[in-house]
Amino acid sequence: MIKIKNLHKAFGANKVLTGINMHIEKGRSMVIIGGSGTGKSVLLKCILGLITPDSGTISVNGVDPNTGDRKVFLDQFGMLFQGGALFDSLPVWQNISFRLLQGKRRLSNTDAHALAVEKLRRVGLKAEVADLFPAELSGGMQKRVGLARAIAADPQIIFFDEPTAGLDPIMAGVINKLIREIVVEMGATAMTITHDMSTVREVADEVAMIHEGLVQWSGPVGDIDDSGDPYLDQFINARAEGPIEAVR
Amino acid sequence: MIQVIDGFLARIGRSTLSMFESVGRLVMFTALAVSHLFRPPFYWNAFARQLMTIGFYSLPVVGLTALFTGGALALQIYSGGSRFSAEAVVPSIVAIAMVRELGPVLGGLMVAGRVSTSIAAELGTMRVTEQIDALTTLSTNPMKYLVAPRILAATLTMPILVFIGDTIGIMGGYMVGVGRLDFNSSTYLRNTWDFLQFDDIYSGLVKAAVFGFIIALIGCYSGYHSGRGAQGVGNATKSAVVTASVLIFASNYILTEMFF
Ligand SMILES: Nc1ncnc2c1ncn2[C@@H]1O[C@H](COP(=O)(O)OP(=O)(O)O)[C@@H](O)[C@H]1O
Ligand SMILES: [Mg+2]
Repeated sequence: MIKIKNLHKAFGANKVLTGINMHIEKGRSMVIIGGSGTGKSVLLKCILGLITPDSGTISVNGVDPNTGDRKVFLDQFGMLFQGGALFDSLPVWQNISFRLLQGKRRLSNTDAHALAVEKLRRVGLKAEVADLFPAELSGGMQKRVGLARAIAADPQIIFFDEPTAGLDPIMAGVINKLIREIVVEMGATAMTITHDMSTVREVADEVAMIHEGLVQWSGPVGDIDDSGDPYLDQFINARAEGPIEAVR
Repeated sequence: MIQVIDGFLARIGRSTLSMFESVGRLVMFTALAVSHLFRPPFYWNAFARQLMTIGFYSLPVVGLTALFTGGALALQIYSGGSRFSAEAVVPSIVAIAMVRELGPVLGGLMVAGRVSTSIAAELGTMRVTEQIDALTTLSTNPMKYLVAPRILAATLTMPILVFIGDTIGIMGGYMVGVGRLDFNSSTYLRNTWDFLQFDDIYSGLVKAAVFGFIIALIGCYSGYHSGRGAQGVGNATKSAVVTASVLIFASNYILTEMFF
């Protein structure tokens, strides 16, 4: 279970998060929406302890990200970064199996390669991709390799930062289905950032909309169409007119 | 008028504060990096790769620098020495100057230009493209995985590089001495050996190790704290080579005093 209380984060004069409250039950899928630059990625990085918040508390199953054993804490997570963040000095298969190639109980290279190929198949990529380097892949392929890496070690909590951005609609559908499967089959807790309404509808149990550093609206996915919230309405119906200014 | 002075003072104050802040950050980073050298796990594969990229591939640059410097040095010392009929000092002074000072300093500067920059650009790009964040999320400490192997590789290979460079530099002096200045070949070599002391070589190699440490440390530090975007990486690269070079000169003076 992830609990966020009154989270604040500013970069210099740029106040990004100004009191976020959020609550995600174990095994549930939360989708976060909101305009670009509203701090959605920053929020995920705060939970992972990659960015230190200015104030507020975060607890993941009762544990604060920045106290205690970082390795134990991070081992429960998988994260797909917005830009993929693949290691360009390593071939695709080593990227995917990276976590499993470290430490005392590391996999053999053959096993790690086989596991990478299996994960590639799940994200809709051929086995040949395993031996390429990230620079040889298209943007959409890099995104899917990032996704394969995020799920490789069967984490209990998975964060997806814009998993379908840059993918064609068919591939986006494949990825949506995959995320849903991971939540249902593996019982993982998921947080997904997206601008893609098809992802919202297919992946979410819960939806939270962030606007001007706060949670503007949150609730079950079934309620988003008649929320009565003008901000949410404008966002999900992609209207240029409304309370959210187009110039930000 | 008062406003102008006020603004001026404020600016001095601010830049002094930010300088102290950067020095503090660098000291913290150094302490952290060194502490990770001694705590497992150590990434041997990454270390082996760095031995090649930092050490082996720097050989041509260090060798050529030393060769030409040794040659020029022989000419200069001959021209100076002949003013008081002391041409015979050429071999020994070339050797001493090369081994104690020019080998490590020029080698250090060349490697700083080659290695500090490339480390800073690589780590900076990794920072900007969130690869360093990704490493952390995959339960791998970037200080251990990226920084420690580079620092150890540079600290260990610089003395070897400089030793080879010293030898080539002395050879450059020998070639000019024998080929151009009509020294007798065996006399030249004997004079080189007889006057060179163990301390000369030793002090040069200690310098080289320190410079290697500085080169990798500053490269890693600049890249690790790179600003955002292409411009951030560009600035990180630039400040890496400038800072590393200045620190090489400064520590060279301190080390020379210590061995004096
Ligand atoms: N490391 C950082 N340093 C300074 N500013 C940052 C940093 N990361 C994000 N920001 C700023 O925080 C704001 C929110 O960014 P982000 O969370 O990436 O937005 P998004 O909601 O589109 O994911 C942006 O204005 C961005 O410029
Ligand atoms: Mg984002």
